[in-house]
Amino acid sequence: MLTLTHLYWLVGAIMALVAVLTFLDPQHPRRFRSGLFWLSYAAIFVIGDYLPTAVVGALVLVMALLAGLGGLAAGPYQALPDKLQLASLERLGKKLFIPALAIPGFTLLLVLVMGQLPALHWFDPKNLTLLSLGVACVLAFAIACYLTRESPRQGGLEAKRLLEAIGWAFLLPHLLATLGLLFNQAGVGQIIAALSHEYLQLDSRLAAVAAYALAMAGFTVIMGNAFAAFPVITAGLGIPLLIQQHDANPAVMAAIGMFCGYCGTLLTPMAANFNIVPVALLGLRDQHAVIKAQAPTALLLLAVNIVLLDQLAFL
Amino acid sequence: MNYWPLLGIAVVMIGFVLRFNAVLVVISAGIVTGLCALMPPVQLLSAIGESFLKTRSLPVILLLPLAIIGLLERHGLKQQAQRFIAGVKGATVGRLLSIYLLAREGSAALGLTSLGGHPQMVRPLVAPMAEALAERQHPGLSQQVRDKVKAMAAATDNIGLFFGEDIFVAFGAIVLMHTFLRESGIETDPMHIAFWGIPTAIAAFLIHAIRLRRLDHYLAAEQARLAQAAPQQTERN
Repeated sequence: MLTLTHLYWLVGAIMALVAVLTFLDPQHPRRFRSGLFWLSYAAIFVIGDYLPTAVVGALVLVMALLAGLGGLAAGPYQALPDKLQLASLERLGKKLFIPALAIPGFTLLLVLVMGQLPALHWFDPKNLTLLSLGVACVLAFAIACYLTRESPRQGGLEAKRLLEAIGWAFLLPHLLATLGLLFNQAGVGQIIAALSHEYLQLDSRLAAVAAYALAMAGFTVIMGNAFAAFPVITAGLGIPLLIQQHDANPAVMAAIGMFCGYCGTLLTPMAANFNIVPVALLGLRDQHAVIKAQAPTALLLLAVNIVLLDQLAFL
Repeated sequence: MNYWPLLGIAVVMIGFVLRFNAVLVVISAGIVTGLCALMPPVQLLSAIGESFLKTRSLPVILLLPLAIIGLLERHGLKQQAQRFIAGVKGATVGRLLSIYLLAREGSAALGLTSLGGHPQMVRPLVAPMAEALAERQHPGLSQQVRDKVKAMAAATDNIGLFFGEDIFVAFGAIVLMHTFLRESGIETDPMHIAFWGIPTAIAAFLIHAIRLRRLDHYLAAEQARLAQAAPQQTERN
């Protein structure tokens, strides 16, 4: 049966390939440091489960320093000459869309088929979507190589080029998720809940609703993740104030409260995979360009959410 | 109660405000938090390592499509996307992104969250199409305005995903809310949680679609400003 472990091996193999391609490139400006970064990341994916966790932690520290201190740089890349690219474009035309659309297409197909046939035990049902995405990418890669008449090695070079374009932002979402778990272990959530419980005495219903909504958004801005904010703010404010004191409908409170958190996600650089990674992927010069594009929608929607919560939770 | 772990949050906020490298900020915040919670160094490293291993599925989604998208880009995927959209009559940046918003939010509401995303859809297809349309509608726009259009393409993907996925019953967030409330002694029906997300989902679509319309107006105004500025410059010469 395919499990997450197999997917991690695939990812680790790609990272190891990127590391080798970097080490083998004498013209790479950060040959050693970039190569070491990708090799460490590959090791964590392939043999991470067998290493002592303190060693993994040390590797993470080294990777963060390599990435944070400018150790990741773009190496030289041989683009296809314009003439050849144009010829390829003429030859392939709309067919170029096929592999790109095959990623979501195959993912969808596999989720539907494997979801209906759990008796086959081909995919670990707990991670069905992720595994389907993995298999879909392998299939789409084969189609892309076939159509463009390129070798898998060129595919590795392309992955390396795009990873180099993303740079340190690639590590950030993973590191932030790690920080979130660390906050939990250190009891940051309980501290916030205790503080708000002690200092916030809100008797008016609208004030209580607004406090819950704003706290969900605000704490999500800090944590970068509405899932991390939900238990803390709901335990600290939602249940004692809205449900126990004002008799709110818990389903409405939870649904709209989580959406208030999502408004916060749209506003914070801590949600790096949504807000910072695309800046790198699209080559935008303003680090906060995506957040600025989202801010008006997020703030208007937060106001709408407060009104909706006040109107719908007490029906 | 030991309030010192809150220092980690302070490190994050100060670091981001002063615009230090985000990776360094986050790892420093982790170390500060751990030390303030009185973890010994080895235990702290262990905690970092364990958490990093647990969250390994995050970079998977970002990494896997790259080789495919890279190969296609090498052979002109962006140019093909721009050619394709150039052939669609009546298309504007606002209309294109509104349709994408609807498709993204709708498919996420059906649980199909992997049908979009920044590496596989926005970078190779949606952003180049939006940029080509902006250029066709209003030739000669500045790089700054182009960046704005591309950032809006990324923003539209996020907004569609966030406010769509939460009205799908089997989505993780619904399960999380349901489980957390149950542990707190409050029974809810997951169907109800999903249902009460619908008004916000509709509001999100309307608000953002109106903003996308205004983006078209903004581009037209920007173009008019450029056209006005241009003759003056020639006069000066």
